[in-house]
Amino acid sequence: MLAIIGTIPDVAFPLLKDRVFLENDMIRIEDRSASVNRGTPALIAAAVKTSEFLGQSLPFVYLAGDIGIGEGSRRIYESLVREVGGSGFTTIAFHYLQPDVDWHNRIIFAINDMEKRPLLIADAGFMYAAKISGQAGAYDLFTPDIGELAFLADEKAPHPFYTRGFILHEENRASELISRAYANENAARYLLVKGKEDFIADQNGILAAVKIHKKEAMEAIGGTGDTLTGIAAALIESKMEIRDAAITAAKVNRLAGYKTRPTPATQVTEIINHIPHALSEVLQNKKQKNSSCSGSKL
Amino acid sequence: MGPPPEIRTGCDLVIEIPLIEELNILRSLREADVVPIKVVPVNDPLLQPVDLFQTKDFGTHLMVRAANMKLTVDKETLVIVNISGGGCPDVPYLAAEMVGKSLQEAPGPGEIGHTLCGYALQLSYEEMKRICLP
Repeated sequence: MLAIIGTIPDVAFPLLKDRVFLENDMIRIEDRSASVNRGTPALIAAAVKTSEFLGQSLPFVYLAGDIGIGEGSRRIYESLVREVGGSGFTTIAFHYLQPDVDWHNRIIFAINDMEKRPLLIADAGFMYAAKISGQAGAYDLFTPDIGELAFLADEKAPHPFYTRGFILHEENRASELISRAYANENAARYLLVKGKEDFIADQNGILAAVKIHKKEAMEAIGGTGDTLTGIAAALIESKMEIRDAAITAAKVNRLAGYKTRPTPATQVTEIINHIPHALSEVLQNKKQKNSSCSGSKL
Repeated sequence: MGPPPEIRTGCDLVIEIPLIEELNILRSLREADVVPIKVVPVNDPLLQPVDLFQTKDFGTHLMVRAANMKLTVDKETLVIVNISGGGCPDVPYLAAEMVGKSLQEAPGPGEIGHTLCGYALQLSYEEMKRICLP
């Protein structure tokens, strides 16, 4: 079961733990709805669309309202530490949560006690907490953008806001930032770096670069990183190998964005609606490529 | 207690805060008329906040990035069309409050944000206002 752990930007949103689905461009959990326009709801919407397409169970979510004070995040942490052991989660994606090293470590300890360890994905605030706690290596996939990659590469920075200038200047040298992040043990088993080109990397360096359907405007659109993580999480839950899932997710996200004919004012909801078509196209191409490869071997 | 030697200036007092909530705590201190000389990370007091801005002109739109936060406006109407980046829970909240409003009428992240991501967005917002407003 895929679990998504994150927050909703509404202080009145209670702590809810349940399956989630989409209804009229909103995520729906129990009797509550939330707009999918950005943040964790955008990740959830992308994961739901991908799960539906693949015919697998819809994600289970832990959600609470948080606008940066941290109260909702702490309610989630407290509940998750108690319950994750018996959850049966096989993949967990952590997202917009108030970075808190103490709670982060308690969650990792609880996960380490699970009979079968789930695959762990971290993005946004929880990825920041994973890095500053020194436990990045406990994760299977981080999905930073290029600015966040610079933060992972800077062994001293406690937050992207404090990334040192000489490292930030290396924006066009993703390869060096990736090496530096791994050298300082501040990266997960795999990195999926979002940018003009998306990079999939591990401790040996860049494994693949995805640059199809390059659209400059995508950089400005809030939530495109969230949808990428959501697609990747659902593909990983489908038992696709992580490296393959990251490459496929990058292609799908870029194609879904391209199909909207994006401008810097495009909203991520438009991109989410194109995910099923993009998935269909990318997976079909992949299938054809694989069968033509087997053909050539014969 | 006193601050670390690298930043000591005299008979100073230091208080320790969760760095992530810097924006919120600074606002509370300002309201109480207790403005700190400096805010520094415990692990390395000499680290400085990001002061680099990257600007991208899309023709019809302009984007300013500070650290991990990007703010994009329509150059003609000055309406904020997108906010991107960041990982703290106030980012989606700030986007919901600011996107669709003009630079002049949108609330500043410094007023309604709480975290370091909010702080970074405030810098993008100030830089955008400096570039776009008379």
